[in-house]
Amino acid sequence: MNLLFYISSFVAVAATILAITRFHPVHALLYLVVSFLAAAMIFLSLGTPFIAVLEVIVYAGAIIVLFIFVVMMLNLGKDTALQEKNWLRPKVWAGPCLLVLILLVEMIVLLLNAPDVTMHITVVDPRKVSLSLFGEYIIALELVGFLLMAGIVGAAHIGKQKKKILHRFLN
Amino acid sequence: MTVMQHIWIVIGVLFVLLNIAAGLIWVERRLLALWQDRLGPNRAGPLGLFIVLADTLKLFFKEDWIPPFADKKIFILAPAIVVGSVLLSFVIIPFAPNIVVADLNIGLLFFLAMSSLGVYSIVLGGWASNNKYALLGALRGASQMIAYEVFMGLSLMGVVMLTGSFNMGAIVEAQKDMWFIVTQPVGFFVFFIAGIAETHRLPFDIPEAESELIAGYHAEYSGMKFGMFFIGEYLGITLISAMMVALFFGGWLGPSFLPPLAWFALKTFFFIGVFILLRASLPRPRYDQLIEYGWKILLPVVLANLMITGAIALWMKGG
Amino acid sequence: MRQSTLPGGGVKIMLSNLRTMWLVFLHLFHKKETIQYPEEKIKLHPRWRGRIVLTKDPDGGERCVGCYLCAVACPVDCIALQATEDENGRRYPEFFRINFSRCIFCGYCEEACPTYAIQLIPDFEMAEYNRQNLVFEKEDLLINSQGKYPGYNFYKVAGMDAGVKEKGEGDNEEPVVDIKSLLP
Repeated sequence: MNLLFYISSFVAVAATILAITRFHPVHALLYLVVSFLAAAMIFLSLGTPFIAVLEVIVYAGAIIVLFIFVVMMLNLGKDTALQEKNWLRPKVWAGPCLLVLILLVEMIVLLLNAPDVTMHITVVDPRKVSLSLFGEYIIALELVGFLLMAGIVGAAHIGKQKKKILHRFLN
Repeated sequence: MTVMQHIWIVIGVLFVLLNIAAGLIWVERRLLALWQDRLGPNRAGPLGLFIVLADTLKLFFKEDWIPPFADKKIFILAPAIVVGSVLLSFVIIPFAPNIVVADLNIGLLFFLAMSSLGVYSIVLGGWASNNKYALLGALRGASQMIAYEVFMGLSLMGVVMLTGSFNMGAIVEAQKDMWFIVTQPVGFFVFFIAGIAETHRLPFDIPEAESELIAGYHAEYSGMKFGMFFIGEYLGITLISAMMVALFFGGWLGPSFLPPLAWFALKTFFFIGVFILLRASLPRPRYDQLIEYGWKILLPVVLANLMITGAIALWMKGG
Repeated sequence: MRQSTLPGGGVKIMLSNLRTMWLVFLHLFHKKETIQYPEEKIKLHPRWRGRIVLTKDPDGGERCVGCYLCAVACPVDCIALQATEDENGRRYPEFFRINFSRCIFCGYCEEACPTYAIQLIPDFEMAEYNRQNLVFEKEDLLINSQGKYPGYNFYKVAGMDAGVKEKGEGDNEEPVVDIKSLLP
């Protein structure tokens, strides 16, 4: 299980880096999908199949599709890729990356020196998830429900067609 | 189950499925013809069965053209996704008591996840073709499939409530006394409609609508890449039929004069026939009608079904 | 709100869809319209416009007089011919060529023909592997038959001597006026 976890984490990190560095937006989004799938695999290897599948259904299956949907309609061609290339100069990203690299090295050192604790995996099945959702975290769930409701009402309001569209002869 | 047995099941399922998908070319053409007062392909081989071979050979030898204006990598990737995601969904289908590739605890959710990944084939195929009709098809396909995924998931939750598990085997076992079509008719109904929309079969073939979009998202595809979309569609029909059988019609359960696997296959073929009958009889709705129908009718209906099922399940438990 | 979104209307439409499916299913038991072609031939009407032929008159002579009217009438210009005369002064085509890969079987040539020579007959089985084989020469077009107008012989009713009959000897023909004579 440990090996699977590391493989999928590596894939996730690599896919995310590629998603950032691709100049073409659709290619970047595809790498993002791979990154989400890798995240789902991580969840699976940690014994939470329910969250893993939800990650695929909600993030990879629905939200990124909407992203791609929008990007497709923007008709971004070679020009945008060139523009992106101009923005992503080494001058821009070298500084932060260097600093983050130092942090990474620190983290690796800390991890190597940490006491050897084996991951113990408890499988969380859907029943447990729902019991905790509707038991312990009921308030949070209700609040999320309110938020989504507000979102739906807002979307319905924006999407409502006020003007009746007639044929030009009938105007 | 030993590893060897497992491998045999995988190979068997793959072999049978791909053959069924190819054979459906013939089945669909013959049935469609019969329902239109024609005979259909009946020349090549017994009953015209070799038309399958001819079609496959034709697809293999056709020029596999990638348009110079297309996004080459994604263009190649897209048809692989559709076949891959559908074949992965078959992993959780219990064909008979011991014949299932992976008896997952979250089987049903896995099916939903894979069908939601199937959207990518349409979206990416349409976008990579760099053709306005293909793009329009992709847009339609994306919104249609995302919308109908919601109802598909919700319509299955009634079954999950009655069973208390996402495991497909457990769902089939729970239908020992009564098939879920009796207790969950609304769920079946919505799942059926959503299933047609998910496989974008006629009458909901709006992403490919010949009369409006030439061939929609696969307008630029030819040769075996088109063949993959083709096979993906037939595999999708088989998948939805098999899911309907497993979820609502008792899966492999049936009188004991036939083996369980035969019962499953019989029921599945019946629903494949219904899919083809749908194609033969109903015209395509307009695009906005389809989406409106989904959000304004199916969503309230399926939510009400969910609520009533939950209430009854609680009441039965309490009383 | 459109009618389809009303609950009552929705149910009605749903039932009508199910009825449609049932009625289409019943077509399984209807008589099939397919004609199994090579074994079972379709019955064509006598005036069906198919392959073009050149017919002969009852005496076995060519009807075509090489007037070019068919070539002129042809909308796709698929007819080519060259008229010539024999020693009796009877006109006939030296060559007569129809390119069936261009022909649209409109039948205008048949309508234009003053001597019923060119005719369209109910036959469509003329597929070829080689496109050049669709160019029919006179010997391919000429048939040993009178076609749709039996008994008609142009030179029997024409007012000229082309070796078929003397001038003025026809059935409904007045005798020749002797222009050298002053008698009425």
